[in-house]
Amino acid sequence: MRNVKSIVFSCFMAMATVVYAQDAKTIFAKVDQNMASKNRIFESTMIVHGKRASRTMTARSYSVGEQKSFTEYLSPVREQGTKMLKVGNQLWIYSPSTDRTILISGQMLRQSVMGSDLSYEDMMEDSKLTDKYQAENTGTEVIDGRKCYVLVLTAVTTDVNYFKRKSWIDTERFVPLKEELYAKSGQLLKCTTLSGVKQVQGRWFPTIIMYKDMLKAGDGTEFRMTSILFDQVIPDYIFSKAALKK
Amino acid sequence: MIKFLFLGILRDKSRSLLPIIIVSVGVFLTVVLIGWMNGIFGDIIDINANFTTGHVKVMTRSYADNENQLPNDLALMDVKNLTDTLRNEHPEMTWVQRIRFGGLIDVPDSKGDTRSQGQAIGTALDLFHPESGEVERMNIRKALLKGTIPVKPGEALISDEFATRYHVAVGDSFTYFGTTMNGSMAFKTFIVSGTVRFGTSIMDRGAMIIDLTDARIALDMDDAAGEILGFLPENVYDEKQAEVVETAFNAKHSNPNDEFSPEMFRLSQLNSMGQYIAIVNNMSFIMVFVFVLGMAVVLWNTGLLGGLRRYNEYGLRLALGEEKKHIYRSSLMEAVLIGFLGSFLGTVLGLIVVYTLQYHPLDISSMTGKVTMLMPQTYRAIVSPSLFYIGYLPGLAAMVLGSALAGRAIYKRKTAELFKELEV
Repeated sequence: MRNVKSIVFSCFMAMATVVYAQDAKTIFAKVDQNMASKNRIFESTMIVHGKRASRTMTARSYSVGEQKSFTEYLSPVREQGTKMLKVGNQLWIYSPSTDRTILISGQMLRQSVMGSDLSYEDMMEDSKLTDKYQAENTGTEVIDGRKCYVLVLTAVTTDVNYFKRKSWIDTERFVPLKEELYAKSGQLLKCTTLSGVKQVQGRWFPTIIMYKDMLKAGDGTEFRMTSILFDQVIPDYIFSKAALKK
Repeated sequence: MIKFLFLGILRDKSRSLLPIIIVSVGVFLTVVLIGWMNGIFGDIIDINANFTTGHVKVMTRSYADNENQLPNDLALMDVKNLTDTLRNEHPEMTWVQRIRFGGLIDVPDSKGDTRSQGQAIGTALDLFHPESGEVERMNIRKALLKGTIPVKPGEALISDEFATRYHVAVGDSFTYFGTTMNGSMAFKTFIVSGTVRFGTSIMDRGAMIIDLTDARIALDMDDAAGEILGFLPENVYDEKQAEVVETAFNAKHSNPNDEFSPEMFRLSQLNSMGQYIAIVNNMSFIMVFVFVLGMAVVLWNTGLLGGLRRYNEYGLRLALGEEKKHIYRSSLMEAVLIGFLGSFLGTVLGLIVVYTLQYHPLDISSMTGKVTMLMPQTYRAIVSPSLFYIGYLPGLAAMVLGSALAGRAIYKRKTAELFKELEV
């Protein structure tokens, strides 16, 4: 009798684990419906709150899926005309002042982009986290008055920038409102808060993202999307090295 | 008396040869080791002072806390005024501005795309004004292997190791890619004017040397600098003098509540140099002490053996009515003379070796491949005034101490038994 009880209990626990695992997967699928798109074109303002002063930069970006993106900085004058091209896992930067295209690789990918709290690696990260992380739904919490699922993602491969992630997903709109990124040692490395959630072309989308590198001084980097268009026609040449010099 | 003893020592070599050899060897080792250690530690201090720390260094408080990251966003501002103030307050010292920075050196192919690239640690100094003394201080002329020192903006020196690894020749261009003081991307193209090898592995792996004006343009650091270095008169580090300058500056110009206020540090507070200076200061004393102890034990034994050998002589002298005190004193005088002779011989031999090592240092570059601290690639000794007298201390002290211990046996002799002992 005791054995039967034990088997029933084990089956119940196994089923509960499966349900939770499915929940996390379902949640991610719904988040993808909002956040992922065939392509997008957006203009953004990045405000870097440094220790001494704040700097504001504007840029126009084009991206197709997670593999291709192209960004051109529009202001300030010093950055104007600087372009960045990401194709797959390669990143090139074009500098108009030197008329040079430089491939960014190795240790440089860990450097900050324009003095912000984002690294080149962060920028290049493929957001299909489900391939590289095992997700677990650990319950719900309230963030800025919104009820959120709390998902804990633990890396199952070694080629990830962060070993563990904790994401707070809005239970109604299915957009992330907060994310914490941890090292394998458990140290919190970066914290991201998302707000300004708006409906764009029938989907919920956060338009303000606040990045904070926890190991860096300063008050973080504010990233505001001033305009965004999904599923547009973007010519292929935009994602070529030739486009960098145009 | 001294002449009598001296002639005795010269004529009876059996009682003086061994102690003189022992003292000479001890003094020789003391002189050579102290000369060598002074040379090595002196070089380490000089290299660190000239390349990174100065004898005193001014940085912002925040910059100092994160100095290893070369955080130019926390650099000193209004440096022209600050440097003028330092020059007015300490006109006897030399003050120079430096900017150190990290980044990438990107070498283009014929189409302007990346052909090769590598990490670089850059140093910007005042190359275009000879009165700054920076070219001499960094020993650039001697380090220059190919090409020339930059004479106009847009020229740079790179390490020969980097140039060889990435196939960059004098006259080629490369692009520096890094971060400006404000966090923006920094791009600047330079022409390689020459390649250098400093003999310090950290500088030779990825060094890039440019003029301050170029660095200010590339890194957006107008009237700013990461560091202001101060050098004491005659370019000789003096801890006490540096402390006086540092204390006075910090009391007057540094505000502990403002992370961007300037703060002065002396060499011993930077790069763990304090430990080196303490070692340098203590090493001579420790070595002399160890040699005195070691040689005293050896000479004590030699004295005992000599005492046994001269047992009959002392007995006869006592029997003839010479006082024990007098015999003891004469043996000590003898020890002083032997110690002096041995010390002289050891010092001369030691100085010859130290002088040779000063101009023919040992090359240890093959052993420092992965060492990241600033240290010389050759170990050389240095002839300093102290070497001319430092050996006499262990030489004389050990000999006298050894003889004094061995000579105590004289007082144990009993006059009544002398004739029996002497079998008269």
